[in-house]
Amino acid sequence: MRNLLRFLYKYHFPLLFLILEAIAISMGIRYNLYQRARFVSATENISAFFNESISSFLDYFHLVETNRKLSLENTRLRNQLQRVYRSDDLFFFGAHDTLHRQKYFFTSARVINNSVNRMHNYLTLNKGTEQGIQPEMGVICPEGIVGITSGVTKNFSSVISLLNINFHVSAKLKKNDYFGSLSWDGQDYRKAILNDIPYHVNIEIGDTIVTSGFSAVFPEGILIGTVEEAKVKNGNFYTVTVRLSTDFKHLVYVDVISNLQKKEQKKLDTYGQ
Amino acid sequence: MANNLFRGILAFVTLLLVQILILDNLQISSYAVPFLYVLFILILPFETPGWLLLILAFILGFTMDMFEHTYGIHTAATVLMAWMRPGVLRLIAPQNGYAPNTEPRIYYYGFSWFLKYSVILVFVHHAFLFYFEVFTFHHFFSTFLRVLISASFTVLLVILSQFSVHKSKGVVRR
Repeated sequence: MRNLLRFLYKYHFPLLFLILEAIAISMGIRYNLYQRARFVSATENISAFFNESISSFLDYFHLVETNRKLSLENTRLRNQLQRVYRSDDLFFFGAHDTLHRQKYFFTSARVINNSVNRMHNYLTLNKGTEQGIQPEMGVICPEGIVGITSGVTKNFSSVISLLNINFHVSAKLKKNDYFGSLSWDGQDYRKAILNDIPYHVNIEIGDTIVTSGFSAVFPEGILIGTVEEAKVKNGNFYTVTVRLSTDFKHLVYVDVISNLQKKEQKKLDTYGQ
Repeated sequence: MANNLFRGILAFVTLLLVQILILDNLQISSYAVPFLYVLFILILPFETPGWLLLILAFILGFTMDMFEHTYGIHTAATVLMAWMRPGVLRLIAPQNGYAPNTEPRIYYYGFSWFLKYSVILVFVHHAFLFYFEVFTFHHFFSTFLRVLISASFTVLLVILSQFSVHKSKGVVRR
């Protein structure tokens, strides 16, 4: 017993190091392997408080740009409204309309924290469960897709950015509907990689890449970007470099998409497997 | 002792605030991400016992992880760096050792000593951090470049901070 104590005393420094390092590394590995929704919600409120105050200050620097974007979007929406009112078969329906089944519901939110220079980039939004946000909802902005919500607290939600090496989304070529998996390789915040497009498909530089709508998170046809380079790398598939249409450095307002039929679609998908 | 404790807490809070409020919002490039908060571990007094060093590093890293949403990654890197500190201090000790009542700062041991000291520890911290973050050796060289550039950036800030602290301290002493 005495020897044990002496041993512990003598080697307490390396032993304590090993214990603390083991705790930290196991936390880190769990973080790397699983989606972090669980951890996020526990500490989200504290960091969100800070981030909100910083972002409300930083907002002043983007006022001009934001106003321009909002007014552009207003015009676009007003145009859409005109179209919608003119035709009879398209109309706005409430979320609980049992006859016409509105499929998607959009909630506007403000980005209060954002990063582009990490390997795992996240955004924080100023809306949470109280405003109807749930985990695994798609997030888009007027220019294109942004990410998927992960951790949600009462009034805040954190979003796994497209610029996160764990992020994958099903994407397709708009012109011929060939689809593949889009992810970020951690190199450049303006580019992402689209894999799994067969080599016989005709891809040209400048082709539009949009979401495929297979995942029940994003509706079909949301803009992702354009083809910048397409190479056949070892095998039968293209590795396509996509220039993203979203400018992740200037995100202010985004839309969170609730898929009102997500449960139904997911249920069917799991039956299929 | 109470004075040291107060100064320690002040340094801890200030560095975290500078890191979170300023440096984290300073998104220059994914290749230049400074982590000035490690300065806290660098300037702890020589007499700091080993266990305290490790526990402080753990708390510091964990707080950073909370704000960065990277659970465990900063903690692991900072604890590793704290563990290496006594060894590095012995390795680069001046010929007649460290004098009592001094601290590991430029003010006491000069520029080249401090540069060596901070370069080694900051490099260890950043290398571990960035490789653990990408969790693969896939883009080994681009990650290595990120480590080099970011570590140089951090060391530059660490050295600059020394001059500002040194001056204000000088005024108090006189």
